Amino acid sequence: MIVRPYGDTRDDGMMQFSFTLPIAYSVKAADVGKQFVERLGFRDVGVAECKAIDPNFTFYVAYGRTETGIDPDEVKGDYLEVEAMDFYAINAYIKEHLGRRLSVVGAAIESDAHTVGIDAILNMKGFAGNYGFERYPEMEIVNMGSQIPCEQLLRTALDRHADAILVSQIVTQKNIHVQNLTKMIELLEAEGVRERFVLIVGGPRINNAFAKELGYDAGFGLRTTPVEVAAFLAQEVARRAKSASVQA
Amino acid sequence: MHDAIKLNHTLVTRARAAADDIADDIQRHIDEHTTDSTERATLRLMGVVGVNEIDVPLVNVVIEQARELLPGGIVLPFVDLMLSTGRDAQAVAEGVAAGELRLEAVPPERRAAAELHGVELAVQGVARIDAVRRRREELVGQVGEPLKPYVYVIVATGNIYEDAAQAQAAARAGADVVAVIRTTAQSLLDYVPYGETTEGFGGTYATQENFRLMRAALDEVGAELGRYIRLCNYASGLCMPEIATMGALERLDMMLNDSMYGIIFRNINMQRTFVDQYLSRLINARAGIIINTGEDNYLTTSDAFEKGYTVVSSDFINEAFALRANLEPWQIGLGHAFEINPATPDQVVYQVADAQLIRQLFPEYPLKYMPPTKYMPGDIFQGHIIDGMFNFTGIFTGQEIMLLGMLTEALHTPLLQDRYVSIKNAKYVFESCRHLADEVEFRSGGIIEKRADDVLTRAAEQLEHVQRIGLFKALEDGEFADVKRDPRGGRGFEGVFRTRDDYFNPFFAALREGRLSGPPTGPAPGESVRESQEVAS
Repeated sequence: MIVRPYGDTRDDGMMQFSFTLPIAYSVKAADVGKQFVERLGFRDVGVAECKAIDPNFTFYVAYGRTETGIDPDEVKGDYLEVEAMDFYAINAYIKEHLGRRLSVVGAAIESDAHTVGIDAILNMKGFAGNYGFERYPEMEIVNMGSQIPCEQLLRTALDRHADAILVSQIVTQKNIHVQNLTKMIELLEAEGVRERFVLIVGGPRINNAFAKELGYDAGFGLRTTPVEVAAFLAQEVARRAKSASVQA
Repeated sequence: MHDAIKLNHTLVTRARAAADDIADDIQRHIDEHTTDSTERATLRLMGVVGVNEIDVPLVNVVIEQARELLPGGIVLPFVDLMLSTGRDAQAVAEGVAAGELRLEAVPPERRAAAELHGVELAVQGVARIDAVRRRREELVGQVGEPLKPYVYVIVATGNIYEDAAQAQAAARAGADVVAVIRTTAQSLLDYVPYGETTEGFGGTYATQENFRLMRAALDEVGAELGRYIRLCNYASGLCMPEIATMGALERLDMMLNDSMYGIIFRNINMQRTFVDQYLSRLINARAGIIINTGEDNYLTTSDAFEKGYTVVSSDFINEAFALRANLEPWQIGLGHAFEINPATPDQVVYQVADAQLIRQLFPEYPLKYMPPTKYMPGDIFQGHIIDGMFNFTGIFTGQEIMLLGMLTEALHTPLLQDRYVSIKNAKYVFESCRHLADEVEFRSGGIIEKRADDVLTRAAEQLEHVQRIGLFKALEDGEFADVKRDPRGGRGFEGVFRTRDDYFNPFFAALREGRLSGPPTGPAPGESVRESQEVAS
């Protein structure tokens, strides 16, 4: 079934906008904003606010109606089946479903000297106002940093009885990340321990489909926040623990 | 000043005495150690700049080559080379980087000459800082001083030129202080990147050239607006004293500069951090820079309602360290935050209690009040209202540096328009409530007084506990932010050196030498305009 934005009547298509144009305010500034929104395909556009916020910028609040609709059933993709959870829910979930702390080992592997990705996810401070795993009381974190050989990462993961391994790859020149990521998978398989870990990769050029193709359990791309990865991990580790106990 | 909550002054005295004792204990450790970053900062103060052919800063190259000499300090071996080659500091550093000169221990017969020249260089280095400080005073005198509280906003595009444009827009919208957020994890780099930069992750590299570019942009817009616009960055992380040096030379006005933040939140070794914070704060003190401390971070980790007292304890500790580094009260922007869960009944009542308590405990200090972040929703409309309550609490309790909350806090680094509506929100609340506090009194025995008393009592107890076990042990036990750190663990420990008895670094004394001016003063906004209108009529 096709749906449209709902303002105050079904299918009215009403949406609100706020945006800034890099133009000086002038008598025609309101029309510039109005016509811009019309070019996006909206009709009955009303500019509610049009103010100079600087000699070079004008700020708008506007409304408009769209006829565009969407059928939610037609939206398909290779999604991670993760229920969105917040910091508190994740900790509570781990406590309830795992009954122990969830152990994670992470590193930027091989030639990659960039800790920015792994730190964004693991470091206490986190990323974009979203706390890193070190701040989760129900998680136990080893952040090995950058340029960690695959062998060393695996050894640490085995020593720590890690539930999950996080691999970061920032540098992608000449597809070096593909080589590094493949090496990690091959090592895990050669040692016969691939199934022991939830294996995750993150990086600016990574997405879930690509990660799956390489043999990882999930992949996270640009702008991923720690809470998204944590929610996936909590649910995936708990799911595996449950199926293991059923088998046993 | 609204001094309305009745405080138990015995507790205040006990808390301050414990904090003094805690800081004295650590200061003994500081005085017996140096770090590679402290020595690199010393070279920067002597005028060494630039990088080698693979972008390693020359100060790093020199210090790496001289590692075994560091227990005696870099100054003597370095100055000895200057004297024997007749070159200036920069040329000696370049010679060392080229492999053409080598740093060696200074033989006793050459020591006196090197010491003497070292002292001269220290005096010259400090004179450069003093000249920058005087320039700020001149500019504030000419251009004008904003009304407090300062409206403080952040830019974080990664591109210094975009940052400059956004900072100017923010100043025009009403910002008094602009902080340039650093790129993710710069604090963990053991060197300071060089030159202008146009790419970063969630922020912009702190480099001396970026400082200079931003300074010029803010001076330009300040002259246009009749308000001196302050520039803030981060003297924190592994290069704390080096960044303080760069800031002192490029006329930054504020620096995030906490004595413990790096230990707790960046897992930087605690011995390293305490040593580094000392020189960085001596430099900030000399430069007339206002430091901001980072207690807000405790409340993003621990619960703000339960652990509000840790902020007060830490403010006392930061105060004690700051005073030991020659900072004056007007330069010590102690931090705290509006982080109690908005779902808590009477949330704002408790926030007022905490903020008012800290105001009264540190009456001469330009307190830095941090906005809600932890519970900011993706619903920007709701977030905007929570920020409004933060602004209300700030003006009502007389906070002086208000880091404005952004309605999109939970989403992304601020858009141009986010800053604009946020400043509008703050200006409305500040102006509409400016004298409210003068008109009301807190009820004796009410929620606010009880909460303030409870927080103060717990802070005093915690400080006395830390005094008994020592600050190293307290950090090991996770007394602050529930984070536990190993005194020998963390980043940068390999850069800590126990100094020998003949350690020599004349900059410490030179930075303390002489009487300094107070805070800069200038006409309030509109004053000069009014004057010129009167003349015209």
